[in-house]
Amino acid sequence: MNDVVQASGLVKTFGRTRALDGLDLRVAPGEVHGFLGPNGAGKSTTIRVLLGLMRADAGTASLLGGDPWRDATALHRRIAYVPGDVTLWPNLSGGEVIDLLGRLRGGLDQTRRDELLGRFELDPKKKGRAYSKGNRQKVALVAAFASDAELLILDEPTSGLDPLMEEVFQECVQEEKRGGRTVLLSSHILSEVEALCDRVTIIRKGRTVETGTLNDLRHLTRTSIHAELAGPADGVPLPGAHDVHIDGNAIAFEVDTPELDAALKQLTQIGVRTLTSRPPTLEELFLRHYEDALAEEAVS
Amino acid sequence: MTATTLNPPARAAGRESGLAGAGMLLKIWLRRDRVMMPSWIYGLTALVSSTVYSLKHEYDSPAALASFARGINDNPATRALYGPVLNDQTVGGLSAWRVGSTGSAMVAVMCVLLVVRHTRAEEETGRLELVGAASVGRRAPLTAALLTAVTAAGSLGAVAALVMIFFGLPVAGSVAFGLSWFGVGLVFAGVAALTAQLADTSRLANGLALGVLATAYMVRAMADAGSAHWLSWLSPIGWAQRVRPCADEQWAVLLLPLAAFVLLVAAAYALTERRDLGAGILAASLGPAHAAPSLRGPLALSWRLQRGTVLGWSAGFLLYGLAIGGVADGVGDLVNGSDAVMDDIRKMGGQQDISDAFLATAMGLMALFTAAFAVQSVLRLRAEESAGRLEPVLATAVGRTRWAVANLAVTVAGTIALLTATGLAIGLVHGARTGDLGGQLPRQLGAALAQLPSVWVIAAATMLLFGLLPRATSAGWGVLTVCLLLGQVGPLLDLPQAVMDISPFTHTPKLPGGDAAPLPLIALTAVAAVIAAAGLAAFRRRDIA
Repeated sequence: MNDVVQASGLVKTFGRTRALDGLDLRVAPGEVHGFLGPNGAGKSTTIRVLLGLMRADAGTASLLGGDPWRDATALHRRIAYVPGDVTLWPNLSGGEVIDLLGRLRGGLDQTRRDELLGRFELDPKKKGRAYSKGNRQKVALVAAFASDAELLILDEPTSGLDPLMEEVFQECVQEEKRGGRTVLLSSHILSEVEALCDRVTIIRKGRTVETGTLNDLRHLTRTSIHAELAGPADGVPLPGAHDVHIDGNAIAFEVDTPELDAALKQLTQIGVRTLTSRPPTLEELFLRHYEDALAEEAVS
Repeated sequence: MTATTLNPPARAAGRESGLAGAGMLLKIWLRRDRVMMPSWIYGLTALVSSTVYSLKHEYDSPAALASFARGINDNPATRALYGPVLNDQTVGGLSAWRVGSTGSAMVAVMCVLLVVRHTRAEEETGRLELVGAASVGRRAPLTAALLTAVTAAGSLGAVAALVMIFFGLPVAGSVAFGLSWFGVGLVFAGVAALTAQLADTSRLANGLALGVLATAYMVRAMADAGSAHWLSWLSPIGWAQRVRPCADEQWAVLLLPLAAFVLLVAAAYALTERRDLGAGILAASLGPAHAAPSLRGPLALSWRLQRGTVLGWSAGFLLYGLAIGGVADGVGDLVNGSDAVMDDIRKMGGQQDISDAFLATAMGLMALFTAAFAVQSVLRLRAEESAGRLEPVLATAVGRTRWAVANLAVTVAGTIALLTATGLAIGLVHGARTGDLGGQLPRQLGAALAQLPSVWVIAAATMLLFGLLPRATSAGWGVLTVCLLLGQVGPLLDLPQAVMDISPFTHTPKLPGGDAAPLPLIALTAVAAVIAAAGLAAFRRRDIA
């Protein structure tokens, strides 16, 4: 099956800034795809290109098999979009905006709409100007989740939501996934991406730096090990280990994943009483990417 | 003890009065208003000086002045619009009459906009929260806003008085005139201070305060048109009149606006203490939980967003039409004895029949106002885009062309509604007064609607800007201003026809009374369509920002 989103070599410049600099992105059908990057990395610009709101200077993009610019209106019937900073018409109530956006798209599931309003604890009667930032996001989220779209494009959708609502949001995304829909989730909340995404693409300065499943990415990095040994841990040769801390019989270190097996063999020679191993969090992955990049920059 | 050692005394005092930081805010706001405030003062002073100047030159004898004044005082419609002439012997008396009521209403508008802009609008946008977090007292923003408005009204009153003295009007009358404007400014600064506490949006705060102004003007109009003259004691606009500048000044009347100002401001401060930042005293109104079945496309959305504006402007145009229709018949008597005015009107209108010439001038003016409506209506496209509300709409199945055309359709419908209201009102009243309803109604309606094509050209030019140079869309106001200046000043300066031809208004037939040739109207409509289509094409091609 063809990818739902296919972008390669996207370039977009605004004056002197190169917002996109050869960006690649592929989203497979039915997956929740995390789109990660710091502020200004080009996430929103990519999404605007995919929505046909902007035209890329170079590169190719296709969305659900169509051209995002040429076939915009036809494609948009199959898409629901939530921007990162939702602004509402001050005079329209939240309920009106949800219904209106649904109708403009071409359909809204009324039962699901009312159920979502309850789950997100959103009062649909308030006027647009009276909503807080988080509640404005909820309006757009309810409109998107109550649609029958094949693809949801969510651009930092949970900014301003409290932790309880963040949980409701995650449930909703999981339901969408079970329903066979594809989700492109741009975010910088790593726990959210970690909980929801099958695959992630990490971008930086308009370029894709990493893409793959979380497992793939973890494989490229380190695992942290915490162990209590039968004897003193001093002088154990540990190839590929970093940040080694030894306290009597206890030892803690991080090890490059390819060297994990060798390191564990060394430990079992002394004898292992307890062992905890933890895969790296996405946060650690992410930070390492940017730290590396910063170090490179500092060198050059 | 501990508290005093921790807080420097000056700061503690500031905290208690809630005024800390007011001086700083005043400085910032005066700086923010450094263009707006002088523009208002310049504009209104120019109104005073041009009025005094033209009255001096056109009515050179007391007899001419008196006959002019008699025409006004005998006509209930002009009395309603401007008030009665209180001293028909001097240029000062007539000047005070001509710009007293209308001008003081403009002063009121200025003060309302200034106060709301620095109070409710600041809160609404959240900027005040930033300021509030710095050491600024609770009462400081309102105090600084009031001082800004008082500064503006005070400077305006002083400059207006100086200008009148410069033109040789009596010093006492000139000062009384300046003070009467200042008084109205004070009252409406106070009204706006109060509505800014009541309403939770600047739009509503402005609306409420301007509603009070409209009521005050209507009360004065009723008092002056009818026999219940005492009514105007209830209106701040009436107070300005009853100061009687250049007509046996009544200085004590100035105490009324002062007292009203003190009471209104005290009430506003009391309300400031009772509400949270960002909240209004009036509860925010709720809307429906579900959209009406009719709200289903970009056209319905655009109408929903603009209907209030269209209805409001239509009501204003209707009232203006009624007033104009009421005076058109008597305008011949009004200018009797002043050949210069007749000449001027003929120059502007080009007709012999003085009523028609007057109405044609009024229609031209309404065309300009309608064009102003059209410009702000097209500017909404840009407002939707820059506020980020366009993006989610275009991310639905609505295409760019459909969205833009829907908005332009509301603009066009609005212009038709406005000029229809004008034409009908003028036709009805003028027809009734001349006993020719069947003839005048279609004639005036046609004359009003004939203004549409030139209005559309201006709207289309704004659309072209939106398509090509979105950041410069508001230059649509510049296009309108240039055309306005060409139309108003061009004939007096004898500008070459080629220059005059730039303005679409030049090509509009002077109706009623002129030659109603269809060709210019068809040509203007075609030009508007081509420009608008070019704007649409450009909009389809560009990035949404």
